Amino acid sequence: MALLQITEPGMSTEPHKHRLAVGIDLGTTNSLVATVRNGIAICLPDEAGRTMLPSAVRYQADGSIDVGLVALRAQAVDPRNTIVSVKRFMGRGLKDVAHIEAMPYDFEDSPGMVRLRTVQGVKSPVEVSAEILRRLRVRAEGSLGGALVGAVITVPAYFDDAQRQATKDAARLAGLDVLRLLNEPTAAAVAYGLDNAAEGVYAVYDLGGGTFDLSILKLSRGVFEVLSTNGDAALGGDDFDHRLFCWILDRAKISPPSLEDARRLQMKAREAKELLTSCDEAPVHVRLASGEEVDLVVTREEFAEMTTHLVQKTLAPVRKALRDAGLAPDEIKGVVMVGGATRMPHIQRAVANYFGQEPLTNLDPDKVVALGAAMQANVLAGNRADQDDWLLLDVIPLSLGLETMGGLVEKVVPRNSTLPIARAQEFTTFKDGQTAMAFHVVQGERELVSDCRSLARFELRGIPPMVAGAARIRVAFQVDADGLLSVSAREMSSGVEASVLVKPSYGLSDDEIAEMLRSGVDHAGDDMAARALREQQVEADRVVEATEQALAHDGHLLSSTESAEIRSVIARVRELRAGTDNRAIKAGIDALARATDTFAARRMDNSIRSALAGHKVDELPI
Amino acid sequence: MSIDLTQDYFALFGLPRRYALDEGALEAAWHELQGRVHPDRHAHLSDFEKRRSMQWATRVNEGFRVLRKPLARAQYLLELAGVDAALETNTAMSAEFLMEQMEWREAVEEAREAAEVSELEDLHRRLLGHAREVRGHLAAQLDEHQDYEAAADTVRRLMFIDKLQQEIDEALLALEN
Repeated sequence: MALLQITEPGMSTEPHKHRLAVGIDLGTTNSLVATVRNGIAICLPDEAGRTMLPSAVRYQADGSIDVGLVALRAQAVDPRNTIVSVKRFMGRGLKDVAHIEAMPYDFEDSPGMVRLRTVQGVKSPVEVSAEILRRLRVRAEGSLGGALVGAVITVPAYFDDAQRQATKDAARLAGLDVLRLLNEPTAAAVAYGLDNAAEGVYAVYDLGGGTFDLSILKLSRGVFEVLSTNGDAALGGDDFDHRLFCWILDRAKISPPSLEDARRLQMKAREAKELLTSCDEAPVHVRLASGEEVDLVVTREEFAEMTTHLVQKTLAPVRKALRDAGLAPDEIKGVVMVGGATRMPHIQRAVANYFGQEPLTNLDPDKVVALGAAMQANVLAGNRADQDDWLLLDVIPLSLGLETMGGLVEKVVPRNSTLPIARAQEFTTFKDGQTAMAFHVVQGERELVSDCRSLARFELRGIPPMVAGAARIRVAFQVDADGLLSVSAREMSSGVEASVLVKPSYGLSDDEIAEMLRSGVDHAGDDMAARALREQQVEADRVVEATEQALAHDGHLLSSTESAEIRSVIARVRELRAGTDNRAIKAGIDALARATDTFAARRMDNSIRSALAGHKVDELPI
Repeated sequence: MSIDLTQDYFALFGLPRRYALDEGALEAAWHELQGRVHPDRHAHLSDFEKRRSMQWATRVNEGFRVLRKPLARAQYLLELAGVDAALETNTAMSAEFLMEQMEWREAVEEAREAAEVSELEDLHRRLLGHAREVRGHLAAQLDEHQDYEAAADTVRRLMFIDKLQQEIDEALLALEN
């Protein structure tokens, strides 16, 4: 559909046309799904009334897959096939994952992303995450009573391109249309900012199960502008558990534990950590497989002491983000705490000390990200109401660059640039008659290529032979609103072009995804044809409704012939929609897109001109 | 009817074409424009639509970046005035300026080698003050006297200062890692 739906304040959609959209917090430890119902964001519970779904997936020998609490409970008896904290593996190679030696999995180091051998075969972290997302989708569709138009999925702000792409692939596998990948701290800021009508500069300190983010945002009149972000994509509550686990091993003189004992002790360590939030000490009582008993007590001070270095580790990104934003700690109006791990008293103390003020803890740190994502999903799906006139301006967390001579990095897109962004750089050939050029795209802040994350390699071929230095090769980077990169290279004098979606060197190929989709659909018992038809019908309804709204609002931009043409195509789409041929419906939708192309361009121009003139579109004379 | 995609950034943001800038007005115009073109406003529409919105939003962000940064804004004004600042090749600066630069550079190098974070931060602050002073000259050259040749020379000076500022930032970052 080629139609710009620029909804003016006051043009809310009618209640019966409410589009079902959700926000999903795909967490390291727990995941949640939320939606906006009657204008209020709520987390959707399962049949047992629980909103948090443990991010655990168990592959069983009989082909069944458990997700959530059932899987979590099985981890001590079946550690190898029960995957927890899979988020730590997303878009990551074996060497990138911390504490891999303490994990009970059977890893396979495939190029780019690590995989896990299970009783059901080799699984990519993308597939494991897709199981969690699928469970949440089914929960939401059951609860809302219909197919979802789309979802906003949250990611740590400090996730790089590989991790973002992996997350988007997982959503696709789970049958979710991704409206946007949204940074977790930004989602939290939306939920907090809208609830409290906050204005000013805020910091969001987000310590999740496996990731840490610090974002500085400026909130002013409905605009959430991220000034800077920093973090550590491999630091979270899990590391505090792990530290306590090591302490227990040391105190109880166990080395090395069996897989099952290790799982038991890890679970015990987590329980003890949570207990220490409200108690001064916690017992650690475990009976090992050998019959031997571990009986220890850990105090709050001991725990704070043994994890001090982890707390300190979060403060380095805080300093960097403040410097990038050009701000001092006392210029921050409030610090929003997000993530279950921020419940630890010594974390709150450290944050209070650094900023010279008590952090804001008046919202549920487990739910705030999902709630913010739901609010954004509601708006992105087109359910905008009067009070929803906010705008998020987010940034890219890590610089993007190209490898140059000597293994050095030439930065092309600097970190903390507002998205979407495009930047180009020119290069030239260094040999006479050179007809090809290789490019290596990397992400990170270090000067050496080997210290940055390799995103993709590609070649531009067919450069006409010229003397060295005569060719002009322009490499263009485009980063979209999801923070995902695409790169193209073009020789300017001949027009020879090459482009890549930055994906191949670490991600899943499109073929792999297509294959997984097929098997995934079989597995879920979905009727693929029925699903495809339903999707096209939903799409047709959406397109027709949007076109009609646009005609009602901006019909004056068209001649009577032009508008009659569009109306006849609408009628045709309606006819097709009543049938059962999903391909024909798709063709009709595409035809409508072509028919409204010019109209869309005029509406966009009109909108921009009125923005400049300081007028709303509906104030202009018709 | 149609808006010219190639119109200059000042026109796009509805601001007068000059160096002195009302930052509040720039930011308000940025928010207003993004409120119309940002991909979040078109997320539920077709791929075609989303692509167009991304291109527009990208251009608006680029315009904001250029206009907001004093050095980029000055370079852009020179470009609009058709003055080739010859930034890449013309490095003939006064001996006095080059001497000054050497001194700054040595101070940064010493602080870096001694891992003096507070000294680096102090240099950063002092350099900021110096840059502010130089930008004052630039405003007069561009807006009052329309002396673009002189302005081009000042722009080159500012680029040196900017480069030094970045080196300090990188040194600080390296020390923290």
